[in-house]
Amino acid sequence: MGSSAVSRTEPMIRRRSVAERRPAFGVVWGRHWMLYLMLAPAAVWLVLFHFYPLWGIAVAFLDYSPFRGVSGSPYVGLDNFRRFFDSPDAFSIIRNTIFIALAKIAMGQVAAVAFALTLNEVRVMLFRRMMQTATTLPHFISWVLIGGILIEMLSSDGVVNRGITALGGQAIRFLGSAQLFPWTLIVSETWKEFGWNAVIYLAALTAISPELYEAAGVDGAGRWARTRHISLPGITPIIVLLSCLSLGGILNAGFEQVLVFLNPMVYSTGDILDTYIYRVGLLGGELSLGAAVGLFKGVIGFLLILLSYWLADKLANYRIF
Amino acid sequence: MVTGRRLGDRLVDVLLWSILALLAVLSLLPFLTVIARSLSSFVAVTTNQVSFWPIGFNVDNYVYLMRDNWFVNAFAVSVARVLAGVPLTLLLIVITAYPLSQDRLHMPGRTVFKIIMLVGLLFSGGLIPIYLAYKSLGLLNHFAVLVVPGALNIFLAIIIINFFRGLPQELSESAMLDGASHFDVLFRIFVPLSRPALATVALFSAVGHWNSWFDGIVFVSRQELWPLQSYLYVQVTTRNLNRMVEVERNQSRQAGVLDFAQATPEALQAAMIVLATVPIILVYPFLQRYFVTGLTLGSLKG
Repeated sequence: MGSSAVSRTEPMIRRRSVAERRPAFGVVWGRHWMLYLMLAPAAVWLVLFHFYPLWGIAVAFLDYSPFRGVSGSPYVGLDNFRRFFDSPDAFSIIRNTIFIALAKIAMGQVAAVAFALTLNEVRVMLFRRMMQTATTLPHFISWVLIGGILIEMLSSDGVVNRGITALGGQAIRFLGSAQLFPWTLIVSETWKEFGWNAVIYLAALTAISPELYEAAGVDGAGRWARTRHISLPGITPIIVLLSCLSLGGILNAGFEQVLVFLNPMVYSTGDILDTYIYRVGLLGGELSLGAAVGLFKGVIGFLLILLSYWLADKLANYRIF
Repeated sequence: MVTGRRLGDRLVDVLLWSILALLAVLSLLPFLTVIARSLSSFVAVTTNQVSFWPIGFNVDNYVYLMRDNWFVNAFAVSVARVLAGVPLTLLLIVITAYPLSQDRLHMPGRTVFKIIMLVGLLFSGGLIPIYLAYKSLGLLNHFAVLVVPGALNIFLAIIIINFFRGLPQELSESAMLDGASHFDVLFRIFVPLSRPALATVALFSAVGHWNSWFDGIVFVSRQELWPLQSYLYVQVTTRNLNRMVEVERNQSRQAGVLDFAQATPEALQAAMIVLATVPIILVYPFLQRYFVTGLTLGSLKG
């Protein structure tokens, strides 16, 4: 009896859902085949450039040599991972990556917010626009060009050190000293990006209702109080959002910049995961070791991105699609 | 008392304006140093006399670069890369964004496609697997490797998807009642209406192509196919390494031995950097007009 009841209700439910919720696939196809056709190039592209390369992950578990190929290279399990994590480099590389990335996020956000709040106090539009034009320009210049300029400026006989020695100081080795190198990266990244990062905060500041400022002014709030209690809370959701999203890129740590500035004198504090993979894995020909470190970075990085989107959704109500 | 407060306010204004002006100057000063070096005499540059103003003004470096085949070739590769890459990116993004933006239409598999696309774009197997895959696809040392793999950029695609979503639905509905196909709706209604968003995408894609260099040094080993920025990467990092052994050079300098033959041409490199920056400066006014649009459309869905 129970079984007959199930068999009688099941087709009914299915029929209703087919009739009311879902047109048959043939109908959909007849009406919207063009939509599928439009997605076809992106699908082929995704397969070729994002899914097809995934077979290469196998290299991380092999003792790979290009001459033997994937099928001819012996399987070594987790040996490549062990080799990396047992080496003295592993700890310092991971520490460098995370330290450089976090310091860049922290200093970068503070600088951008401070700059936006300061610029927001200026009411003369022409001046505002001039300041923004000057400070956002470096964002659009590549790290190769910026690096080429800064390496000359920061070298021992460059403009900066000539200024320091002229004032009676000692020349500073910004790029050659392991102690200073991460800070050169962090400060130069902040210098390059603060104007650009402030654009979004300035856009958000213009959306704050002027009535709030007027009401506060009537209550006797000064400039600082208005900035502290109206402007800053007004952009806090965006600060939270951008900080969450930048979490996803922690393992990148600004690879292109680091690669431009990195030199053998500062490997101990400046080598990050990506520069290691490129130098040891690709240039050094240790493809299996590089692939293993890359897979480690890819998996953790993907989890971090998911975490950052999840946090952004929870804390700032943000969804990318 | 009122005047006292106004005076205080004025002082704060002066302070704020000075801080801002200082920051703006700091943003531009590095560019001034490289321009000054590129226009200075060879001797003035190698003996470190040049700071923010050219010494021994001349344009020899630029004249020399015009005749330097490697430089001209690299510049041409970069231009070709922008001219080929931007239209390809625009086309791919537009036709991908349209189906993904038509939420009102019942389209089985759309959500699945979106998820697959996101996972594909966010999870990377790493540099080595990508290198091996491009190698097996025959893409190494091929111009296509510079434009095709990066053709679909997720962030630019999201700008267009969201812009398409914001267009009035009645437009496409009435057009389709009149017998228009999805292709007609896309290319005759959506694309013309999306000019500001498409301009944003085109500009950002052009700047991205112009500034890319890592793909050049990894996937291209034939120097005649190097984009300008990859060519400059090699120059810049080689100089940086030379700088690291400059202690010895300084000692020989103090001893009065100036070896010009071994000194790398700093002034020439400065001129290269200036010329590579010029195209960005040229599109910068347009970029500025659009980047707020780009930001507010892409990252802050309203």
